[in-house]
Amino acid sequence: MNAEYRQGRFYSWLPFFTLLRKEILRFWRVASQTLLTPIITASLYLFVFGATLGDRLSVLEGFSYAQFVIPGLILMGIINNSFANTSSSLFMSRYLGGIVDLLVTPVSPPQFILAYTLAAMLRGLAVGLVVWLISTLFAHLPWVAPLQALMMAVLASFLFTQFGLIAAIYAHNFDTLSMYSNFLLLPLIYLGGVFYPISILPPFWAKLSLLNPLFYLIDGFRHAILGVGDISFLTAFLVSGALALALFCWAAWLIGSGYRLRS
Amino acid sequence: MTDMALKIDRLCKSFADVPVVKDISFAIRQGEIFGLLGPNGAGKSTTINMIAGVTRVGSGSIEAYGYDNQRDYRVTRRLLGVVHQEVVIDNFFTVEQALKLHAGYYGIKDDPAWRQMLIERLGLAPHLHKVMIKLSGGLKRRFMIAKALIHRPRLLILDEPTAGVDVELRHSLWDFVRDINARGTTILLTTHYLEEAEQMCDRIAIMNHGDLIALESTRDLVDRLSRRRVRVCLDQPLRTVPDVLADYQPQIGDEGRELKLDLPVDGTAGALLKELCGLGLSIRDLETEQSSLEEVFLQLTGIDQTRDTQDER
Repeated sequence: MNAEYRQGRFYSWLPFFTLLRKEILRFWRVASQTLLTPIITASLYLFVFGATLGDRLSVLEGFSYAQFVIPGLILMGIINNSFANTSSSLFMSRYLGGIVDLLVTPVSPPQFILAYTLAAMLRGLAVGLVVWLISTLFAHLPWVAPLQALMMAVLASFLFTQFGLIAAIYAHNFDTLSMYSNFLLLPLIYLGGVFYPISILPPFWAKLSLLNPLFYLIDGFRHAILGVGDISFLTAFLVSGALALALFCWAAWLIGSGYRLRS
Repeated sequence: MTDMALKIDRLCKSFADVPVVKDISFAIRQGEIFGLLGPNGAGKSTTINMIAGVTRVGSGSIEAYGYDNQRDYRVTRRLLGVVHQEVVIDNFFTVEQALKLHAGYYGIKDDPAWRQMLIERLGLAPHLHKVMIKLSGGLKRRFMIAKALIHRPRLLILDEPTAGVDVELRHSLWDFVRDINARGTTILLTTHYLEEAEQMCDRIAIMNHGDLIALESTRDLVDRLSRRRVRVCLDQPLRTVPDVLADYQPQIGDEGRELKLDLPVDGTAGALLKELCGLGLSIRDLETEQSSLEEVFLQLTGIDQTRDTQDER
């Protein structure tokens, strides 16, 4: 064979790093939609609950309402954007046919999942970081256990990247995809304790809230920041961790088997 | 080391219990240009998608350069480059960015000299910094070929690469394909332009309804199955065809001054001439013609050429 046509050396992890880079570039190129918009939305929440109602309401003894709500708002930004990145990127690839470009390459299923997951976590955690920085204008948070808070943030982001991958694979069209976001994710977030502690709910609704997986993430994150919560940090972490593991296994099975990706 | 670029053994695939590829086997030698032809729905694209890894193999096996494409998929996919029938582009990136990314997906570091050669040969140089949504249909096709070759595959698979492109671009693309083949890349192509397949391919396989119905060298296929016709122009008009010419399926035209005769598969023009001279016919001119791959294809697949022509209208 002609020397000119000899293939270069194969770098086993280069497909992963390339896909990760592509996924990061993808959201960076449309940063006004993927980063700026969620930050502005979160800033509006911060303004409403921080500058206007923050000092007039109190739902947790010893803390202003702004201090109470900010951890929830940070986590909401992380969750929404982690989910949006994997779900929209993978679904668009499926919908427009670009996924074929990846399926014919040596990108392995673990590399595929890892690249999509890490890029989406980067976006989610970047939004969370900026929301926190803006929140410092409205309230001071004690950060009782910063490492635990970081663990919960990373766990929440990871969990919803996996949920995004699953939704992107099962969705038939844009309508179905937006249903996951509008009719599942949004109610779970709003009813999961972002804006109120479940301890102020009537007993029935408080018990019902325990079935909401978002409650454990939000309460665990808030517990790590404020030092108080409706349940112990360990319970919140273990329940969230188990759920994240289950979703990861589900997503890994779907992608590993090529379900709805390979005909 | 095997001298086969691709070996397909007893390959089957069904969708919703409907078999679309039925127990086909063939092999492609290194360095050849191999055509996989067939009418729409014959199972060509499904076969190609199974080779490329886009479609799961139903049963049977596919080996590229001796490696199993399921067990050793990371090796075989590096050896293959695929130009899909559908134009697949990522509108987020420019031509240059997309080519660099694509090399990386294959685990190969970007080689600027190779990339530049592809860009220049395929006429993409003035469009490098355009996002792909801005490219014309022809440029998107050229980009697809550059993308499939960016990692220097040893076997290039072209699934209808010239569908819907103008004549000039078709010619330049085929010239390019011939050139890379001459440099050592094996080619597997499907096309609906049978004249091009006849000119390009060393060997041809024809699929119909999921079956492999022909597999031989292009020349042998045309020679074996094509009709050889002799057109004889006569000085004196002929009113009736002599009985001795009945085996040649004669047709009279031009008010008896033209006689069209089909040579049997084992017949020769010399034997026919002897018959004609024996009849005392005065021959003014004589022409022979051979049917094209297109006619052979239509004959094998049982497609009514007249109906197809009417459909196109």
